[in-house]
Amino acid sequence: MNAPETPAAAPPAAASPAPLVDEAKLPDLPEHFDGEYPIVIEGLVNSFGEHTIHQDLSLKVRRGEILGVVGGSGTGKSVLMRSIIGLQIPSAGSIEVLGRSITDAQDDEDIDIRSRWGVLFQGGALFSTLTVAENVEVPLREFYPEIDEALLHEIAGYKVMISGLPEEAAAKYPSELSGGMKKRAGLARALALDPELLFLDEPTAGLDPIGAAAFDRLTKELQETLGLTVFLITHDLDTLYEICDRVAVLAEKQVIAVGTIPELLALDHPWIQEYFNGPRGRAAKDSQARAKSVDNTVNGGA
Amino acid sequence: MNRRSMREWADFKTETGEGGATVIALTGRYTVSCVGPVDSRLRALDGKIAALDLSGVSEIDTVGAWVAWRTARDHEAAITGASEQAERLIAAVRESKGDGEIAPQRADLVERVPEAVGDLVVGWGQGTVGVIGFLGAMLTSAWHLIRNPGRFRGKALVRQAELVGVSALGIVGLMCFLVGIVIAQQGAVQLRQFGAEFYTINLTGRLAMRELGVLMTAIMVAGRSGSAFAAQLGTMKLTEEIDAMRTIGVSPIEALIIPRVLACTLMMVLLGFYASVMAIIGGAFLANFALGIPFFTFLSRIQEVVPIHDVWVGLIKAPFFGLIIALAGCYQGMQVKANAEEVGSRTTMAVVQAIFMVIVLDAFFAIFFSNVGWG
Repeated sequence: MNAPETPAAAPPAAASPAPLVDEAKLPDLPEHFDGEYPIVIEGLVNSFGEHTIHQDLSLKVRRGEILGVVGGSGTGKSVLMRSIIGLQIPSAGSIEVLGRSITDAQDDEDIDIRSRWGVLFQGGALFSTLTVAENVEVPLREFYPEIDEALLHEIAGYKVMISGLPEEAAAKYPSELSGGMKKRAGLARALALDPELLFLDEPTAGLDPIGAAAFDRLTKELQETLGLTVFLITHDLDTLYEICDRVAVLAEKQVIAVGTIPELLALDHPWIQEYFNGPRGRAAKDSQARAKSVDNTVNGGA
Repeated sequence: MNRRSMREWADFKTETGEGGATVIALTGRYTVSCVGPVDSRLRALDGKIAALDLSGVSEIDTVGAWVAWRTARDHEAAITGASEQAERLIAAVRESKGDGEIAPQRADLVERVPEAVGDLVVGWGQGTVGVIGFLGAMLTSAWHLIRNPGRFRGKALVRQAELVGVSALGIVGLMCFLVGIVIAQQGAVQLRQFGAEFYTINLTGRLAMRELGVLMTAIMVAGRSGSAFAAQLGTMKLTEEIDAMRTIGVSPIEALIIPRVLACTLMMVLLGFYASVMAIIGGAFLANFALGIPFFTFLSRIQEVVPIHDVWVGLIKAPFFGLIIALAGCYQGMQVKANAEEVGSRTTMAVVQAIFMVIVLDAFFAIFFSNVGWG
């Protein structure tokens, strides 16, 4: 950043009123991750009883990219996400998130990372007894107890708005929201802590095409504005074409390929070919090509 | 940087710019983790502020951007020295007014109290109608089942009977055994004053058969199974399982409620009798050791002093209690609509209602049986 080391620049403690909270009890100060790969997975094995979901799976996610994760049903996309965020303890292998190992992290150290990612679960997973705004405030209250009520409400208000919800939705309970609005509210909660990493589990599933396209644009905008790294599980080919920088393909218990869509199309793996060159895949590709050509003519005319 | 270092809180300095205008220079990290304490101080600023200088900000996120933007907006100050990132973030948050309603609308106390009272009264009325409607729906379903016995869910009934009855044997038996001991011991202490210790047998036997066995079992079954019914059905309502059943053409009343109600009613009779027997065994056990009345003498005296209608009193009450418990559980479970909290409150309500109704009904039964000469 452009400023010098700030401790020296900050005025002495006497000039500012005493901090409102006991410093010793606060969690450690999170630092920004500036390595190349915020998520590094090596040799991951996940098995449930006899059934092996992942065998020797490796994947690196680049900082600042939107990585789409695709795979047939039951190939363990959600299990992979759950492993990365520490909800599923893998049988073997190592996972590093933001430079910290998740697989051998103690609970205390985990918490430090947990304030730096946001997770959107498939159904939104909102707390049903709290309003949308209160849902957004939960992680803030948890990690930053020194923030006072007025600011909390303001933060919740603008997060709700950033997520594309009307401001009056903030006072509603999840049961009063439609499926699409629940997803947006879930996204608002995932963004509550200004995370560096965002995990989205099928964000556009169950949305109408217009809502899905809007959600895609929103994800892209947020990634560009906030500099997020996004780990996005999806079945939506339009999402892949529109916003994903790279796509990871899960099949045969591993990540069989990672790359841009043209790179993937160049491979002659049968599943990848069927996935992207099936009728739906071609339709998505065509619509993207059309969109591009429209863009070009507009630019050319201007 | 040392990870255990103190947090460098965001801060600001008040400077005087050109022409004596006040310039607030923000310094430090304006991120969610550091902005907490500085916010209230920025809010407390008054007087005219010409500009907000962001050039001393080392790091910024949306929370910092919001705080800076709000401060600038409130004082109609210009923002200067913002980095490219800061400008982008401010542009992202500036659409929000930040004064939106967070909590759901609440009326004044004057309006709220009568409204709550009214809601309560209407709720009671609707609840009564609801329970009667539920009972009606159940009876119609039962009638359909009697006409088409092939649709009856035998397996579900057996499964529920196992859950309500068989798996409760241990706890109900132990509880009533202990209660039997207490009754015999306390009874003996009082009766000893009249030299009528031997009447402990009458006391324990008749009390166990008429009241204790069934009542204690009803309370235990309400706690174990009534609550389980409410929670299961409530969760199934939330996850739309019950709606799914309806659309497939399976009647939830037939598939879920009739087996539960039937199982609870039947099992209450068996459990109630079993509990009475266990209470008598408990009494006999104590009498054997503490009162010097041999175990089998106690049991054979029971046959002589407990009239057979005492057994009938217990057995007649039991199915009614079972029916009430199952109905309360199932009805409350089916009323769940909104959220997880409601499952909890409905479950509580099911148990409270069931136990209350059981005790009220028990009082009616007591008067009824003494009037018909079974006192």
